Amino acid sequence: MNSRTEIRNYRVELAGFRRRVVVAAGFVVVMFLLLLSRFVYVQVLQYQHYHTLAENNRISLVPTPPNRGLILDRNGVVLAHNYSAYTLEITPSKTGNLDATLDALSQIVEVTPGQRKRFAKLMAESRNFETLPLRAHLSDEEVARLAANRYRLPGVEVRARLFRQYPLQASASHLLGYIGRINDKDVERLQAAGVYDNYRGSDHIGKVGIEQSYERELHGVTGAEQVETDAGGHAGRVLARTPPVSGNSLVLYLDSKLQAIAEQAFGHYRGALVAIDPRTGGVLAFVSQPGYDPNLFVDGIDTASWNELNNSPDRPLLNRALRGSYPEGSTLKPFIALAGLSYGVRKPSDSILDPGYFALPNSSHHYRDWKAGGHGTVDMHKAIVQSCDTYFYRLANDLGIDRMHAYLGQFGFGEKTGIDMDGESSGVLPSREWKAKRSKMPWFPGETVIAGIGQGYNLATPLQLAVATAALANGGTVYKPQLVQAIIDSRTGKRTALPPQIERRISISPADFDAVRAAMEDVTHPGGTASVANAGVGYRVAAKTGTAQVVGIKQGAKYDAKRMLEIHRDHAVYIAFAPAEAPTIAVAVLVENGSHGGTTAAPIARAVMDYYLLGKLPKAAIVPVAPATGDAHAD
Amino acid sequence: MRIKRWSLQVLAHIDLPLLLLLLALMGMSLFVQYSASGQSDARLLSHGLNMLVALSVMVVVANIPPQYLLSLALPLYAVGVVLLLGVATVGEVVNGSRRWLNLGVTRIQPSEIMKIAMPLMLAWYFHRHEAMLRLKDYGVAALLLIVPVALVAKQPDLGTALLISASGFYVLFFAGLPWRIMLGMAVVAGASLPLVWHFMHDYQQKRVLTLIDPTQDPLGAGYHIIQSTIAMGSGGSFGKGWLHGTQTHLDFLPERTTDFVFAVFGEEFGLLGNVLLLTLFLAIIARGLMIAASAPTLFARLMAGSLTLAFFTYAFVNMGMVSGILPVVGVPLPLVSYGGTAMVTVMLGFGILMSVKTHRKLLKS
Repeated sequence: MNSRTEIRNYRVELAGFRRRVVVAAGFVVVMFLLLLSRFVYVQVLQYQHYHTLAENNRISLVPTPPNRGLILDRNGVVLAHNYSAYTLEITPSKTGNLDATLDALSQIVEVTPGQRKRFAKLMAESRNFETLPLRAHLSDEEVARLAANRYRLPGVEVRARLFRQYPLQASASHLLGYIGRINDKDVERLQAAGVYDNYRGSDHIGKVGIEQSYERELHGVTGAEQVETDAGGHAGRVLARTPPVSGNSLVLYLDSKLQAIAEQAFGHYRGALVAIDPRTGGVLAFVSQPGYDPNLFVDGIDTASWNELNNSPDRPLLNRALRGSYPEGSTLKPFIALAGLSYGVRKPSDSILDPGYFALPNSSHHYRDWKAGGHGTVDMHKAIVQSCDTYFYRLANDLGIDRMHAYLGQFGFGEKTGIDMDGESSGVLPSREWKAKRSKMPWFPGETVIAGIGQGYNLATPLQLAVATAALANGGTVYKPQLVQAIIDSRTGKRTALPPQIERRISISPADFDAVRAAMEDVTHPGGTASVANAGVGYRVAAKTGTAQVVGIKQGAKYDAKRMLEIHRDHAVYIAFAPAEAPTIAVAVLVENGSHGGTTAAPIARAVMDYYLLGKLPKAAIVPVAPATGDAHAD
Repeated sequence: MRIKRWSLQVLAHIDLPLLLLLLALMGMSLFVQYSASGQSDARLLSHGLNMLVALSVMVVVANIPPQYLLSLALPLYAVGVVLLLGVATVGEVVNGSRRWLNLGVTRIQPSEIMKIAMPLMLAWYFHRHEAMLRLKDYGVAALLLIVPVALVAKQPDLGTALLISASGFYVLFFAGLPWRIMLGMAVVAGASLPLVWHFMHDYQQKRVLTLIDPTQDPLGAGYHIIQSTIAMGSGGSFGKGWLHGTQTHLDFLPERTTDFVFAVFGEEFGLLGNVLLLTLFLAIIARGLMIAASAPTLFARLMAGSLTLAFFTYAFVNMGMVSGILPVVGVPLPLVSYGGTAMVTVMLGFGILMSVKTHRKLLKS
């Protein structure tokens, strides 16, 4: 009984157990089917999605920045080029612990606190997952040390990068400009222009000068490499590659030797010179003194250098040729003379008797000539040669401001020249409208009178003056001034010339033109205001001297007795073209506080023309002698 | 002659179908480990050695008759609990949890012992009270279960605690725990979830939250799940090929030789490989349940059944975790993940299964 019960119990129990086994087996199968459905979902239905994610993990698109185009002068002298050097770069998102990585790095190579600070600043400005430079110009030894420690520094890379260099340093700095690191504003601009993608991998962009205005040509097209990357961010195999296209090179009209001679000719003076080929509008020399070394800006200028440049009373960062606005002074007289001839207000032979001043009808105010007692009987020729103010006071009054404005406007005064560089000033060519807009005051006749000798409201940049001089030289063709004469395609090596661009043609009758030119030639002959500087010149020069009155002394300027005296002095202005019979060069020179165009500005132009026309190098460094202040002098 | 007979006797306790299935799984494992370790011969060798040790343990255990195992149950359980108490008081802290006990000679993880000792103990208990099984016995069994599980959960090692309680629960289940009680337990468990949540550590809560939405923390807690799911999914139907898993070989997959080795497998062999692996696991489990169903004693049945389901649980939890349907708990894929202790424990279990299977046959003949 007992044993039977046990056996029955055993059977019942075994049957119960087996039922549970079946349940367990069913449970296992259901759970495995659950897994299977998950596998099917992930591996079949969602395959594309995860495949893409895996590929994105694996493949990173590494942009390869293009080599920047070169800048060459007209003779092929290199003005801006690139050289290769190693940089230490970090991708902060891949380092894990950035501070620890930086600490470890400073054990391996020298990293100054300044560089760390700069890096922190870059990081604050950067996009995520971007690679940022910590140090440039690594030595070979440092590169080797970094390579040996690479395995324990994820996100750290040593790259060979091209750096921009300006071999002539400060020479032509205002013309070349410089490149600098791309900042937020640049990014916005690039995005607005829709070219931001082309700057992936690029760190630098042209900031000023030709580097900026020809950024499109110089930059090139960014390439890309599909690189297999591991989780540590280390690049492995290159899977595909689109090579970058180097930027195009620029050939300038500039003659770097001529430029250097002009810069040296300024000596310690501040000022500007623009030399233009009147046959093309090509800029042969473009000087703004003092200059600066553009190399300082390429990888971020250090604070000390910046302060020195920015706080210098000589304002080396100001592009005087492009943005400096100065009264034309007497250099405007030939243009006024042409206006008089053109409107039939004067014939060359018309003469006046100069008592040493001019007075408006019914007015007792005397507009004085620079020469006390006057020039006697003065016709147009003599008025230009001796720079007679009275003649031009009267002529201006007879022309009236409206006709003066209309005529001088044709030479480009009061408007931007359209040179291939950004940021130029338009100067001032006053008119009734201009004055009404500016001061809501009517135009007074007296303002016309002083405008006749290039004073009053008149302002022009040295570049404008050079453009007008070139138009005068070639008989009335106003060219848009051009720095770049040709672009060399980086792929084909093909040189594409940029054609000269004629802004407008001014109709000047040959007779009128000859009359003014003859007078300007005699300015350089004995009896003329620029005769001393042009003594023994081996070609025919037409010129006009001028003096631009310094309006006032800036409040708060550094007080220095000697300096105060100097900054009281007038600016010397000078325009010239040569050879007079068939001009190939037109020059405008402005010497700040140079007093008299004939003594300080003319020798600089002479040095430039001597070299350009005769290949003659200046005998010694030309240091124009500062004349004593205060004495009356023909300008 | 003698040696030959002895070895025949030893081998007589090996269940050939089960052995072949296990060897097949181990063979696969060698391939995956080679790939996951970045083709490291050293790793392959050490993995192989672990297998040999585990296989030897299996052979030894297979030769121990179930009745000896029965007598081992209480002492092993007692030692396990004492060691767990030792861990709780003087254990070594590794990675923030107190799991290891330094015995001077070697460091051991007593919770591993419990994986075997727990079903052994409960099977012993039910075996002793076989004739007159009452509800009270289930209560005692539950107590026997809860104490060590609580100790392990406190380490904290929630994954292992769950696995131990699962293996214990399977004994109760096979012993005939009434369905209504199981239902009641399920309800209580469901109701106490908020309480459990409350007592969970931050990192444990994070793991659960991460499962629900891994993208919340893609570089932190979600990284494992995201990367392993990417590996799995990008494997597609047929896989990227052995040694060609990009997630594996470019370092995106963490823990790829241990807990996440299945992601390597799924990436390189695809759905096809996964189905094959599932089939292999299923076959092993089926063999285990067959052994259990035909075991001669209650103790043997309960042991065999619960060890088999425990094996299933390890495999399911690991594959579920790697494919992103379960939270990340530190459970290796049995016999595939790298690691000697877990492999020995699992093979010890299979040794018991073989003992159960072969000693019955011997008794009959």
